[in-house]
Amino acid sequence: MRARVFVTLKPSVFDPQGKTIVDALHSLGYGGVEDVRQGKYFELELAADSSDKARSMASEVADKLLANPVIESYRIEVEGK
Amino acid sequence: MRFAVIVFPGSNCDHDAHHAAKEVLGQEAEFVWHKETDLRGADAVILPGGFSHGDYLRTGAIARFSPVMDAVKKFAAAGGPVLGICNGFQILLEAGLLPGAMLRNRGLKFRCEHVHVRVEQTDTPFTLACRQHQVLRMPIAHGEGNYFTTPDELRKLEQNRQIVFRYADAQGEVSDEANPNGSIQSIAGICSEQRNVVGLMPHPERACELSLGSADGLVMFESVVKAHAAGLFAVAASVAKAGALTAAGSASS
Amino acid sequence: MSAPQKHDRATIERHGLNDEEYQRIVKSLGREPSLTELGIFSVMWSEHCSYKSSRVHLRNLPTTGPRVLQGPGENAGAVDIGDGLAAVFKIESHNHPSFIEPYQGAATGVGGIIRDIFTMGARPIALMNSLRFGELDDPRVRRNMEGVVAGIAGYGNSIGIPTVGGEIAFEECYTGNPLVNVFCLGIAKADEIIKGVAKGTGNPVYYVGSKTGRDGIHGATMASAEFDENSAEKRPAVQVGDPFMEKLLLEACLEVMKTDALIGIQDMGAAGLTCSTCEMGSRGGAGIDIDVAHVPQRETGMTAYEIMLSESQERMLLVVKRGREREVEEIFEKWDLHAAHIGEVTDDGLMRVRDRGTVVAEIPTGALTDDAPVYTRPMSTPPYLSDVQALSLPEKPASADVDALRALLASPAIASKHWVYRQYDHMVRTNTLVLPGMGAGVVRVKGTNRALALSVDGNGRYSYLDPYRGAILAVVEAARNVACAGAEPIGATNCLNFGNPERPEIMWQFGKAVEGITAACQALDIPITGGNVSLYNETDGKAIYPTPVLGVVGLIEDASKVLGRCFKSSGDAIVLLGETRHELGGSEYLKVTQRLTAGMPPDVDLKAERALQQLLVASAREELLLSAHDCAEGGLAVTLSECAFGTGGVGLRVDVPAVDAPAAWASVAALFSETASRVVVSVPREKLGALLDRARALGVPAREIGATGTGRISVSINGQGVIDIGVHEAEAIWDGALEEYFKQRAA
Repeated sequence: MRARVFVTLKPSVFDPQGKTIVDALHSLGYGGVEDVRQGKYFELELAADSSDKARSMASEVADKLLANPVIESYRIEVEGK
Repeated sequence: MRFAVIVFPGSNCDHDAHHAAKEVLGQEAEFVWHKETDLRGADAVILPGGFSHGDYLRTGAIARFSPVMDAVKKFAAAGGPVLGICNGFQILLEAGLLPGAMLRNRGLKFRCEHVHVRVEQTDTPFTLACRQHQVLRMPIAHGEGNYFTTPDELRKLEQNRQIVFRYADAQGEVSDEANPNGSIQSIAGICSEQRNVVGLMPHPERACELSLGSADGLVMFESVVKAHAAGLFAVAASVAKAGALTAAGSASS
Repeated sequence: MSAPQKHDRATIERHGLNDEEYQRIVKSLGREPSLTELGIFSVMWSEHCSYKSSRVHLRNLPTTGPRVLQGPGENAGAVDIGDGLAAVFKIESHNHPSFIEPYQGAATGVGGIIRDIFTMGARPIALMNSLRFGELDDPRVRRNMEGVVAGIAGYGNSIGIPTVGGEIAFEECYTGNPLVNVFCLGIAKADEIIKGVAKGTGNPVYYVGSKTGRDGIHGATMASAEFDENSAEKRPAVQVGDPFMEKLLLEACLEVMKTDALIGIQDMGAAGLTCSTCEMGSRGGAGIDIDVAHVPQRETGMTAYEIMLSESQERMLLVVKRGREREVEEIFEKWDLHAAHIGEVTDDGLMRVRDRGTVVAEIPTGALTDDAPVYTRPMSTPPYLSDVQALSLPEKPASADVDALRALLASPAIASKHWVYRQYDHMVRTNTLVLPGMGAGVVRVKGTNRALALSVDGNGRYSYLDPYRGAILAVVEAARNVACAGAEPIGATNCLNFGNPERPEIMWQFGKAVEGITAACQALDIPITGGNVSLYNETDGKAIYPTPVLGVVGLIEDASKVLGRCFKSSGDAIVLLGETRHELGGSEYLKVTQRLTAGMPPDVDLKAERALQQLLVASAREELLLSAHDCAEGGLAVTLSECAFGTGGVGLRVDVPAVDAPAAWASVAALFSETASRVVVSVPREKLGALLDRARALGVPAREIGATGTGRISVSINGQGVIDIGVHEAEAIWDGALEEYFKQRAA
């Protein structure tokens, strides 16, 4: 089964990369883009036979390694094969 | 005294730390590979700078799981002096031995240059020989040195006097201009609640010889030698080795 | 793919081979080649690997000397530096990839040169680079430069080797063809240098490092029936560097080299597994038999063709002594690397490639290396030359004196490169004695009292105007920079960046440049120990300026006597070594103030240059000097200013002799001519006499022109004041100029 993990900076954390991207977009004429937060995206191929199992594996992995709980939060999407 | 310099895959400044401790300071120094579980009677532990695991995922995120970190945690819990320099500091943060996290420099670029830091606390093993508010000129070399923590945690750090170094100008004035990476409160280094674990982004091991541009970092190494000689921050011999270990007092986070 | 077959014209052409070359292949095999063999020949006989257009010229370079331990022909060159140690170094280019993907192109360039050094058994201790871009007004150029600098920083910093200096130049001709030349220096025990050689029948051949993928398989995009139609899209055009993997490889290889279980080792760079296999075999007079099925792969369904031609990074090929396999495997395992046994050394001189046992290629190694085509391409003087060499100056200068100085200090070529080198970790390994921006980079050699000074210098503009003189100027400038640090030049490496060699004017430029390098190296007694040639640097028929780049290494016997460019304090004497002549041809002054690139580049008296460098080295040894800085772009006025920068405001007051030039141009000629063989030194008053004596004895013109101090840059010519500007004001212009360009938004 495949799980997607989206890791993003917590709202309170300053994101200089996101800000730079907004500035660049504005200078390209995209004033309508009001804000950008940059995050990370992981695709996990899991040996799991149910989406619950997959979700729980992905969650554990995200907690343990993929996200730093001090500054990042995450959400998970599971898709069956 | 004996320094243990931990070597992770990708550590780069291990040789530099070893050189400072051994050749410049004249102490014993040993490399300890990250897979080892025995600190071999070390009196002080250094987690050196570099790019452990390529800084992949997040800096220090993978190194914190190395087998040696168990021994380092126990050593720290027993009060032994632990110094995390740059990537070493990042590993201590990820391992929960120090509070907070690192973000990318606000200027988004890697910066290698000499900066000044002001010593805020002189009762850690690595600042014992410093004067309060002494200014040290040392190099930084990092792309992710922007120290961050939550407002609650920051309050705790201030109350417990855990902020050990702040970026400053040559006169010791802390200001936004003097802050090379945007770290919160110009924090360049902190210590644990027990004060024996210290992490900082600047490289004192690169500032031990005048020929390299500054010898201001030497006082940090002299501090821990002094502490050791005075029997401070000492750890029972049995704790510095694998074996007689307890689960009590494991890493604060 | 595995069977010999007749190939059609289109296939042969797609492999970059002409009819004649194809016939040669058939002759050396005694039959038609298989597709895999065709692929192998195409990469080994490519310009990049075979040097087929350049070999006849490179043969003339001086490559021998009493210190030379390894000359051209191996992965890097080596010179003896005393104490049983050797300096191992080389420069290489990664130009085309740095246009396509600036970050990864530059990063993998750094990775490649580092491997060339540690494969010789040397621990890399310093990096430098020579970069060329278009003009910075162009946002695409700024993006390109940002990517290249970030890539060099990303790779070098991660692997922990300091980038201690370099040079950057900007000319419109490089817009679509940026140049990224990277230099690396390492230290090895002189008697433990390891070669890329395969010897000893039955010795196992090992592969270690990253898994092989479809990276960088060029020019062989096949719509051939044997290939999957989707092959092309599966092939990434860009190689992505992995500095962490290379760090592991570096440490593991150095550890393996400490045992004596290795016969030979070579990195897989251009032409990947193919190149290392046949070169190692060829050097050892042996054959190598490998089976690609054993090669670790990161993609599925890779063909033998793809595996042999892949340019995946961070891979090494080793020949191990039979019986010592386990020892070697264990060292790699410690570093979490898997060393795969992929073949054996044989005694038949053939490169034999199998795919699950079936032979798909069988080629005499010599045919791929020593017997590769060698061309004497036609040369003819370029038609543009006489036009550009004629310099007719307008009646009077558009800008002079302090205005011109301001403009020059702000020009990207001269302005401080601080914005760049601040991104490079230049202090890791705690050996850096002279920080970037100060002249030659200097690193100490731990365990000895010595230090090594390094400089990379090239020029395109001068070489465009006169390739022979331009090349000489590149050599002498690099050597002079090293001498200014107090080091005796002991070896050099060259990177030759040119356009399409099939055009006679380009080949003429190349031939002349190599002649110039030869003349200069002979006169200065500096052997070339190896280098690189990069051809076909052109877009739409427009070539880059011919750009020879030299990396020179110098030895300082006593590291405590290193010199930098900055004045130390007020009240010291300033001495000009050498003499200024009216030589504005090809100067930065003409380009910046008149938008003119014309004239003859400055002349060089090689005997005078040699004497000057000897004086510098001897004076440094005797501690007669406080600082030394050579006159280059921008001329004397810029040189004097640079001596005052980084000193906290120590200024200068000098009076220089007039120069023989038309009246309207007299002060510009004196201040901004780029006459060669000049150095500005500062000397403590009490040692001035001794310095002037030494200079006189060596026949080096030396004149006390003034003193340090005053906080201002004050220059007069024969008593007539021409420049008076505060040091801080001038330094602010110089310091901030480059950063200003990058504050602009990329539109």
